[in-house]
Amino acid sequence: MSNTLRVSAAGPAIPRVSRRPPWRLRLQGSDTAWAIAFLVPYVAIFVAFIAYPVAFGLWMGSNPALYRLLFSDPRYVITAINTLLFVAIGVNVKMFLAFLLSGFFMNRSWWARSLLVIYLLPWALPGLVVFTSIHFMLVTQWGLLDSLWRAITGSDGPLFMVSTPIAMTANIVAYIWKWLPFWTLIFIAARMSIPQDIYDAAEIDGASGYRRLIYVTFPLLANVYLVATLLSCVWTLGDFPTVYFVSSGAPARTTDVLATYGFHEAFDFGYPNLGVAAMMSALPLMIPLVILLMRRVRATGVQL
Amino acid sequence: MSVALTPGGVAYRPRSRRRRWLPRAAAVSLGVGLLIWTLLPVYNMLLMALDSDADEFTGSIYPPNPDFSSFASVWNEDYWLMQHFWRQFANSICLGLATMLLTMLIGSLASFALSRMRLRRGWIVTDFALLTYVLPTAFLAIPFVQIMHKYHLSDSLWSVVAAMVTFATPYAILILHQYARLIPTELDEAAKVDGASPWQVYLRIYLPLMAPALVAVGIYALLLSWNDYLYQYLLLSSTDHMTVAVAINQFFDSDEAPWNYMMAIAIIYSLPPIAIYFGLRRFMVAGLTAGGIKG
Repeated sequence: MSNTLRVSAAGPAIPRVSRRPPWRLRLQGSDTAWAIAFLVPYVAIFVAFIAYPVAFGLWMGSNPALYRLLFSDPRYVITAINTLLFVAIGVNVKMFLAFLLSGFFMNRSWWARSLLVIYLLPWALPGLVVFTSIHFMLVTQWGLLDSLWRAITGSDGPLFMVSTPIAMTANIVAYIWKWLPFWTLIFIAARMSIPQDIYDAAEIDGASGYRRLIYVTFPLLANVYLVATLLSCVWTLGDFPTVYFVSSGAPARTTDVLATYGFHEAFDFGYPNLGVAAMMSALPLMIPLVILLMRRVRATGVQL
Repeated sequence: MSVALTPGGVAYRPRSRRRRWLPRAAAVSLGVGLLIWTLLPVYNMLLMALDSDADEFTGSIYPPNPDFSSFASVWNEDYWLMQHFWRQFANSICLGLATMLLTMLIGSLASFALSRMRLRRGWIVTDFALLTYVLPTAFLAIPFVQIMHKYHLSDSLWSVVAAMVTFATPYAILILHQYARLIPTELDEAAKVDGASPWQVYLRIYLPLMAPALVAVGIYALLLSWNDYLYQYLLLSSTDHMTVAVAINQFFDSDEAPWNYMMAIAIIYSLPPIAIYFGLRRFMVAGLTAGGIKG
């Protein structure tokens, strides 16, 4: 992102440097036409498939009566709380574990490297497939987890999908399972960009072990950690496949999140406007997160 | 992940043998734990697919009489829910390839204009690309489906291609934009002096030099469409136009429950991404780390 930052930061500064902005030196007449021609395909799909749907969605969800209807639905209240829990617990636990595990994978011995290859597998597997598999590990008494429970303790295991807290926990754990590898990889890359000299200097000053983690590594990765957390929060607010496949709202639609709730309202019950309103109700949380994220990206030059 | 790393603290000898033994045991047990954690859902897929009895869970932690009959059934399409399996598999591949090629084309054109042609207000486009990249795709699904009806594109693979290209290009532009900074502009200028038009510079100089980043972007787009379920489910309805992702979920809606067939399809569907991951891991990781979040 720092490239964009540079361009946008250079914008106001240019007139002070010279009266003729440098772009004019390079880009004349036909070249501008070329540049615009190169941009046309992207701008066209942006207008047709992002700007128009967004405007259409805003129009669909613009009736205030929809929100009165929405907030009076007890299922919506449960859904909103679930979404907050899903994002707050899922993202934070995932990020913290990813941060710690990235340290573990800095060990470059052969077995750690081979383990990393297997460990990253969930990142490559389709969400649909793995979440369906996790769903079947949990449903009925004969799922793999119950079978393991029986094999180890000798007694029947719990029925995971009849308890709201357990089903919600299952969603969050499945979410962490799928996305932990990706963010671990991000932190590994960030850790690798820390020069070894800094660690050497810290070692001479007597910082080793956990002190090195707290006083050297973490401050250096703080920006990446914050940007990653914000980005992941925004994505997770709109997460659909995890809950749709793992608990599918069971028991009795008490574990829905906003995306699955909106999906059911729109396509199972036939109220697309209500579905859009449910998604839009995330905007008061999402807009500040996105603004904060864009500002952090600009201020720190963390690349996305 | 080709970065060679100097292992930390190599110069410092451990004070005693006992102190070295304990962390190593902890590391190994953590490693075994991670291995089980990662492979458990994968193992469950195999367990279910290898079970010859379709309707019942065995309640066992290993397949009692493993056989590959469910894979053979999928291969021969001899069950009504998977009558069109290979057709649907071809649809998934077409969708992936179309998304990949269009994303690479549109992304590279836009990134060329933005990074090499010093367009005055190019940052607006980059900022919108970033904004689109950040937004969760599920939030756009409902209006998107309505609009596709208006465009008369519902139940057409092209509508899904449009959605996937739309969501993949922002990332492509950001990554290519970043990678383009590594290529000296002197090359472009030399070509211009020789009388090359911007199109020729793009085709002969920009594209060949951007090849590694383009591969990363292509894989990203391919996997994005392969991993998507929501848009394919919402936009494709007839069995001929369906992709495998939609077909797998059909099993949940039917009265019978041949879960072993379903899991066999799921495993076959996972093979291409696994193959790409093992074969082209280097590019996937490079796409993340060259343009990825960096401190």
